[in-house]
Amino acid sequence: MSLSNNNMDNGSFSSSCRDANFPAGLRVLVVDDDPTWLRILEKMLKKCSYEVTTCCLATEALKKLRKRKDAYDIVISDVNMPDMDGFKLLEQIGLEMDLPLIMMSVDGETSRVMKGVQHGACDYLLKPIRMKELRNIWQHVLRKRIHEAREFESDVSFDHLMRNGSDQSDDGNMFALEDMTSMKKRKDIDNKHDDIEFGDSSSTKKARVVWSVDLHQKFVKAVNQIGFDKVGPKKILDLMNVPWLTRENVASHLQKYRLYLSRLQKDNNQKSTSGTKHSDLPPKDPASFGFHNSLTKQQNDVESDGFSYSDGTLQLQNMDATSHEGDLKGIVLEPATEKGRVLNSNIPDPKITKSSQIDHNHHFGPLKPEGNHAIFDCTIPSQYSWNEVPKRLLKEEQKPLVKFEDSFSQLEIHGGTQHHIHVDQSQSMASINSNPPITEKEVVACSETKPLYADYKSDYAICACSIGPAVDTFPTQSKSLMVNDQSSEPIFTSNLDFKTPELNLSRISDLDFYQRNLLLGGEVTAYEPLEEELHLILLQSEYYNMNFGMQNIEMPEYYDPGLMAELPTRLCDSADYSVVDQSLFIA
Amino acid sequence: MDRNQSRRQVAAMKQALFDQGLLDEQYIQLEELQDAANPNFAEEIVTLYYRDSSRLIANIDQALKERNGLDFNKMDNIMHQFKGSSSSIGAKKVKAECTVFRECCRARNAEGCMRSFQQLKKEYAALRKKLESYFQLARQIGPSERACCPK
Repeated sequence: MSLSNNNMDNGSFSSSCRDANFPAGLRVLVVDDDPTWLRILEKMLKKCSYEVTTCCLATEALKKLRKRKDAYDIVISDVNMPDMDGFKLLEQIGLEMDLPLIMMSVDGETSRVMKGVQHGACDYLLKPIRMKELRNIWQHVLRKRIHEAREFESDVSFDHLMRNGSDQSDDGNMFALEDMTSMKKRKDIDNKHDDIEFGDSSSTKKARVVWSVDLHQKFVKAVNQIGFDKVGPKKILDLMNVPWLTRENVASHLQKYRLYLSRLQKDNNQKSTSGTKHSDLPPKDPASFGFHNSLTKQQNDVESDGFSYSDGTLQLQNMDATSHEGDLKGIVLEPATEKGRVLNSNIPDPKITKSSQIDHNHHFGPLKPEGNHAIFDCTIPSQYSWNEVPKRLLKEEQKPLVKFEDSFSQLEIHGGTQHHIHVDQSQSMASINSNPPITEKEVVACSETKPLYADYKSDYAICACSIGPAVDTFPTQSKSLMVNDQSSEPIFTSNLDFKTPELNLSRISDLDFYQRNLLLGGEVTAYEPLEEELHLILLQSEYYNMNFGMQNIEMPEYYDPGLMAELPTRLCDSADYSVVDQSLFIA
Repeated sequence: MDRNQSRRQVAAMKQALFDQGLLDEQYIQLEELQDAANPNFAEEIVTLYYRDSSRLIANIDQALKERNGLDFNKMDNIMHQFKGSSSSIGAKKVKAECTVFRECCRARNAEGCMRSFQQLKKEYAALRKKLESYFQLARQIGPSERACCPK
């Protein structure tokens, strides 16, 4: 709990609350051609202890804004001005500086207010404007800052989409991971990847549109065709000609796209560091594994290409690992003891993850050619008492891989749990996202690892580990999986989502109690995908019925360890894996 | 005694402005904005309003004299500005007349526009007169007194 709060404090809010008297000193630019109102507004705003700049022409305002983009926090503009329509100004400001803008007019016609809001006004005030209304405008600034902080995560995915979109090969399809609660859907997915994305959208109440690369390309094409200045969701929608897409879908995507562009601009201005970050990414051969993880069901088509995405829950946060390192350490299970380990946790709001989980991994750090990095994705849905599934993403960079022998053998021994472990070793990187259950109760974990790099010159390991409710397993697992992480300076982008209050892994120790009760089962599958050098080892293990006397987890499927024999050898070869915790997955 | 009397007189004048529907609560806002930095803020604003809006009045006057058919859109636009401006001092009756005028514009009712505009100018001038005498009297008793007795 405290962790997440801290994060909020340090991250998203800090900028707005940096100075203790935040609303005071808010820098407001007021634009109105009416000198009387200009004077009144100035006086009112000053009384609110805001810093006021006035100008009576929209063009003048634009000039001021362009001169110093960051000199203002918010703009208040009249709708009717002789030199430039307030809506135009609004649009320009939205495109160029992305400041919150409040429109005002004596005219309260719904259509005009609507127009203002559609153009991106954060508020529409009717004259005569009251001081109490003005006193409150700081909320827009704050809201925007909060949003920006949140956008960060989704932008990451967006970024990735954008980048991928440009040089993605045809076969790189994204597919959606659908609602986990519905079993039948899953079957459909097993049958055809094509159907996965939107086939069931009608039956899902609120199907979130997954913007596949294809779809996004269509979108961009439409935008370009219309011209950026004139685009509107409706026009785009018409041009795209995708029957199931709604105007709202397009509108929200357009918004993101704009944000993306403006951020890009910002980045460029500031010698973008982030731009290069992802450049290595686009997989020529995006073999990635999508996992459907649910309490009841496991998705088997891990091998499908592209990214897995589940609707609704996709929460990608991309942050520079470096910047968050401090935070990360706090979250890491054994932060200090494991050297160089970088843990990124993504814990989306439980509400969001409720039924489905998305694993969308973008790990794109600059690649170190010589090193092996393993990124493990472990999605571990857990059952909370309120039935929501918290998700935590654990990403670690590892050079060496872990010895799995010990753990595997033990896995066999313990039949009750299913573990899904995908081990990929790639020359470049592997990413691990683990969503460990944080609850003391039961956890079903599923891990995904996706090979992100086009060239698989080396072995490539994906480890997916499902962690049982006993958090206890988690530490062990993590040890074994992520042994040597030499890049303590995270090269890759990490996702941090701290929304879930309980990041506190210290609890784990308390869970020892549960271990005893765990039944473990594991499945290991190994196969060699596309290229010779690419060895993909898939380990699947899953906790089976866990009864802790507290809750029951039903894991209908149990996979027998398949090609387990292959796994250890391969791993051993490549690995300097220092430690495998032998108690991995063991009670 | 004398001072008290004029204070009462000022209060009565102001009350009358509200009672006759010439002003609305926006004007009270203006007086509430008065402080040490701007002790005569309301008067300052009213002066500004009359200075600026006379230009708009002249523009409409001009537009109404147009021989080759009236440009209703243009007049509507100007009147929109004028209305916005009038709202700043809470000139209630003037504002109401603006609305009438704009409705006539939308109905392409030239005669209605003329009539309404005459009425508007009357209200506009009447308010100015009353406010001027009010300010004059109020200034005599000092700003602090005025600020504290709206209503």
